[in-house]
This record gives sequence, C-alpha cells and structure tokens, in this order.
Amino acid sequence: MEKLQQIQGVAAPLPRANIDTDIITPMKYLTSADWKNLHKHTFEPLRFLSDGSENPEFILNKPGYRDSVFLIVGRNFGCGSSRETAVWGIRGLGIRCVIAESFGDIFFSNCFQNSVLPIRLPAETVAELMAEAGDDQGNMQFQVDVASRTLTTPSGRTITFELTPDRQTALLEGLDDVEQTMREDPATTAFQSKDRKERPWIYDLGTID
Amino acid sequence: MTQAKTLFEKLWDSHVVRSLGENLDLLHVDRLLIHDLSGSRALTDLKERGLSVRNPELCLSTPDHSVSSLPGRTLASSPNGERLGNALREMSAAAGIPHYGIDHPNQGIVHVIGPETGFTLPGSLLVCGDSHTSTHGAVGALAWGIGSSELVHVLATQTIRQRRPATMRITIDGELGEGVEAKDVILHIIGHLGVAAGTGHAIEYAGATIRGMSIEERLTICNLSIEFGARMGMIAPDETTYAYLKDLPLAPKGGAWETALAYWRGLPTDDDAVFDREVSFDAADIAPQITWGTSPGQTVAVNATIPAPDSFAEAELQDNAETALEYMGLSPGDTIAGTKVDRVFIGSCTNSRLSDLRRAAAVAQGRQVADGVTAWVVPGSVQVKTEAEAEGLHEIFLAAGFEWREPGCSQCVATNGETVAPGERCVSTSNRNFVGRQGPKARTHLAGPAMAAAAAIAGEITDVRELAHMELEGNV
Repeated sequence: MEKLQQIQGVAAPLPRANIDTDIITPMKYLTSADWKNLHKHTFEPLRFLSDGSENPEFILNKPGYRDSVFLIVGRNFGCGSSRETAVWGIRGLGIRCVIAESFGDIFFSNCFQNSVLPIRLPAETVAELMAEAGDDQGNMQFQVDVASRTLTTPSGRTITFELTPDRQTALLEGLDDVEQTMREDPATTAFQSKDRKERPWIYDLGTID
Repeated sequence: MTQAKTLFEKLWDSHVVRSLGENLDLLHVDRLLIHDLSGSRALTDLKERGLSVRNPELCLSTPDHSVSSLPGRTLASSPNGERLGNALREMSAAAGIPHYGIDHPNQGIVHVIGPETGFTLPGSLLVCGDSHTSTHGAVGALAWGIGSSELVHVLATQTIRQRRPATMRITIDGELGEGVEAKDVILHIIGHLGVAAGTGHAIEYAGATIRGMSIEERLTICNLSIEFGARMGMIAPDETTYAYLKDLPLAPKGGAWETALAYWRGLPTDDDAVFDREVSFDAADIAPQITWGTSPGQTVAVNATIPAPDSFAEAELQDNAETALEYMGLSPGDTIAGTKVDRVFIGSCTNSRLSDLRRAAAVAQGRQVADGVTAWVVPGSVQVKTEAEAEGLHEIFLAAGFEWREPGCSQCVATNGETVAPGERCVSTSNRNFVGRQGPKARTHLAGPAMAAAAAIAGEITDVRELAHMELEGNV
C-alpha cells in the first residue's frame, strides 16, 4: 500500500447526508474490468446531467474544486454496499482524505486498505469546516499530518482527530494487512488445531455432488 | 461464576486467534462465500500477488450477481456473465474451492444457498464480499460483509482483522397483525431508528415475535441490518434453528450433530448480559410497509400518506426527503397507495425463499397481473425453484401473468443487465431503493412479497389487506 503521511490541498464541501455507495460507484461500472477509469464515473448521478454533460452545481465540477484532495461530506457517507470500487473511484479523483460526522462501516474500513484517510469529527466541526472550505472559490489549502493526527484549516485552526495506532502505522509506513497477517500464520495453525477438537463440524463439512 | 455474555460476545471470543491491540482482534474465518462479482477479482488479485488460498475447503463459490435470470439461460445470456462466471469457475477449480456453477442443483444467491445447504451454521464466523452477508446471522452465525482487499486477506490467511463493534439488542414482542411480514418488521424498525442507527454496532434481534418466526423470516430480518448501518445482525439459535438445519447436506451428521447441538445450546445471550444499547418495538404497531424514497429508512405504512420534507426534524433529513421525492416523482400529502407501477420484482437475498414465494403466490392465485405491468419472480436458488415447482407455485405465477425466471440477484442489483428503465416505477422485494440501484433513474419501492404481488395485480401500490378483503366480498 502507498504511504500516506501528509495531505495538502483544497477541500470540497458536499453537505448531503447518506450518500450511498450506489451514488459513488453506480452498479453498471462494477462488472467492468476497466478499473483505471472508474473515477470518470464516480458520483455520476450527482456529477453529470441526463445528457451526460457536467452538472455545474456539483462541487467537484466548480472552478477551484476540480483538483480537491479533501472531501467534507454529510453524515453516514459511503453507506450501502461493500464495493471497494467506491474508495477506488474517490481515490482516482485525487481525494486522499474524507471528513464526515459518520461513515458506512464497510466504506470506512475499505478506505484504510487504499491509502485514503477517513476522519470522523463532531457535526458542528464538520459544518464549520464546510463553511471554511466553501469560502474563496476553493483556493484555500487544508493540511493533514498523519503522524500528529492533526488537521489544519486555511484559517490556521488545528483539529486533532482519532486514528487507532495500528491504522496510523499502516498509513505512515504503507503496511499491507495481508503481509502482516501472514507472519501470524503459526497462530492460525495453532488456533485451528485446538478448535478442531472443540468444533470438529466447522472443519469437516459434508459434500454435495 | 463466569461473566454473563451476549450471543455476539460468545461468537466473537470463540474466534480470536490473537489480540492485535485495543479492541482489535485477528479472528478465524470458518466460512467464506465467494460470488462472481467480488470473488473473481479477489482470486485474480491473490494469484497476481503469488499467494494461494489457505483453506479452500472452508470456502464455497457460486455465480449470482452477473448471471441472467432468463429461462433457459447460460453464462453467455448476460453481458458479463460468461467472463465473470468462467473466471470464478476456473479459479475455484484451480484453488480447490467447491463451486456451484450455473448448472449445479445448488446454484443460487450466496445468502440463500449458505443457509439452505447447511454451509452456514450456528456459532460459525462467516464473511463474504457482499454487504448483505449479515443475513446469515439468522441461524446464530457471526456474519458480515467485507471489501475486496479484506477478501484477499481472508483467502490468503483464513483470518480477518476486525475491530470489536458495540452491541445493540432490538427486542420485538407481540403479535403481528394481518398481512404483516418479516420485511415489514425490519423496514418499520429502520424507519424508526434511522439509516445510521446501527453503525458501529452488532445487532441481536430478540423477543417473542422473533422467536415465533421461521428461519426464512429471520433471514429477511437479519438481511436488512446493513440498511441501518449494522454490519452484523444475529438471532440466537433455538429449536426452530436446529429443526431447520438437521439433515441439511453440509450440516454435521450423527455423533457430530449431537456434539454441535450441545455447543450451540450454549450460544444464546445469558440472562444477565449487558448490551451497549437496547431498543424495543411492539409488533402490534407494525403495518405493511412500502418505501417512498431513496433510502430504506424512507418508509411508511401502506395506508399512510407520503410525508412532507418539513415533517422531519433535522435539516439533513429534510434535504434527503426533498431530493428523494423529486427523484421518485411523488408529492407529499398524497396517499402512497394508488401510485401506478410499471414493474414488480419478487426476488433477491431478502425475499426469494420458498415461503416468500408461497405468500406471493397466495396473492396471485386466481388473479391477473394488471395491464402494462411487467412482473418477475426470481427464485433465490435452484433448490428454491425446484421446490416451488414441485408445489406448483410456478403455475400459479405463470397463469397470473408473472414471469417465472432462473435464480440469481437479477433486478435487485441489475449488474446482469436486468434493469428497470429510466423513470419506470418498480415495487421490489429487494433491499435497496437507492438512486439508480435498479438502473439509471429507476424508481424503486421496497416491500414484502405479498405487497409486491398485490401491486402487480392492482397495477398500483395497494394495501394487501384490502385486496384480501375484496376477494372475500367477491369484488375481484
């Protein structure tokens, strides 16, 4: 996984609540094998009009916000399906940090697998950040420092956010979960060996021809 | 004396391979279900990384998302079915993963075939790259949906790194009213609690109403847990569970069954166990539900009116309601009943099991689908289809003008090309009414199977209880 230590750039405010994964990555793109171009369709129902042209009202289509690195969004962002393509699409757009009062649990976990930092903050703070991000046509720079778990706004306000030590280390060092867990394999073997005696039915499945 | 524990805590604690820090554990995965959409890709990723499947014998794969539901279908009948289905079959074979291909007598939606074959067992930890994996909690399993990176992790290590969620018990007591189904119960709960109430929580459903439900009804309840944000939903195993599981092909047999049964009887929540949050509902308050918006929480009783955005207390919900009403083409204050429909879809991992089809067939019997309505019945698995046909349910549906189709996810998710056309209105027994879920600009109303069948017959959203009364009075 790519390291994520510092993030700096414009923040796009998207105040709508409950933006689900079907809006982020519409289903018709899930069977595609063209993952590199997924971001072209990210947020499609909000981002484009019926004739396929850009919706000028959508924040990421507005001058100053097209190269946003932060998204500040309404609560329960990424609710819905487990599709990791929702994170891939957002990352493909150049977003590395999403800030909200709350997230869909699966989306939240998936972010950390893809070097995207989701930050949970109280509703009032999110509203204040949106106001600040919405000022001055998006020329304002936000900053995150993963090591100190701080977000600094254009006005100089510094906010500390929660990030569990394991996730912080994984982001800072670009650690991969699979590689880390493979080192634990002897523990898994020991677990299975003991568990097989207590719950043999887990390991000895019947078969269907 | 040992500390009193909840069902969730017993399930979690029995799967800890190693603690990885505060609230973070490495858990053993007993069962992994793999489908064509996320599975084919994860198996490809695994191969590209030079890794192998650690315990293929604990996995099961089947194509469901991308397969066509067209009668007489093959993998080639849907746009991506052949590519994804063949990839899944070939990679499963190479890894030694049992595979129920499109022609197998147990092919079906992962969340239908897991329970019906006995692959899903009480006390097991099951994951799948699909958010509706919470379904399997209905038999007392700890089950949740994972992303594709996590799926690669499980394939390679047979474990998952997981943070321990908080616990919530939802207790439902009382008698359900006439025409009220499990789907109505869970939609009612989501409507009352809100779509994010379960976030960060593992849910246990309890109470006399739940106890009185069949396993298939419980599967419907647990299925929608993710629609209020809960990755995991579960119900303690009981005699209903054991009767359901006994003699299923993948369930333990003989002496192993007795050993398992003794273990399972220890799983239910202890009397003194404490939950982080408790809520309760009275079954008598629940009416048949129909959603009016673009989120499963935007639901009303079928005899109610469409709510006005300003009836919601919070600005964000008002905004959501306004956007949803515009998308759905509905006006606040109108009765939801009487809204004309173009399509009806009876199927999905929520409501495609035999008892669901029986309830829909009871409504369809001797009646006709209204002119201009296209109504589909898509059984959840080949086994469901076979059993339904043995009872003659397909003949009831076909005589009434429904299409009787082949098993898969079909129009719930429309990845197989089976979309609802832009602007069309569909009453669907599935789980999500999101914007564009059944196709771009498609309008979805979620309901139970009897209500969906009633909408097909009436050509509009209809209170299934009134349809039943009309029949009694000889007016139909």
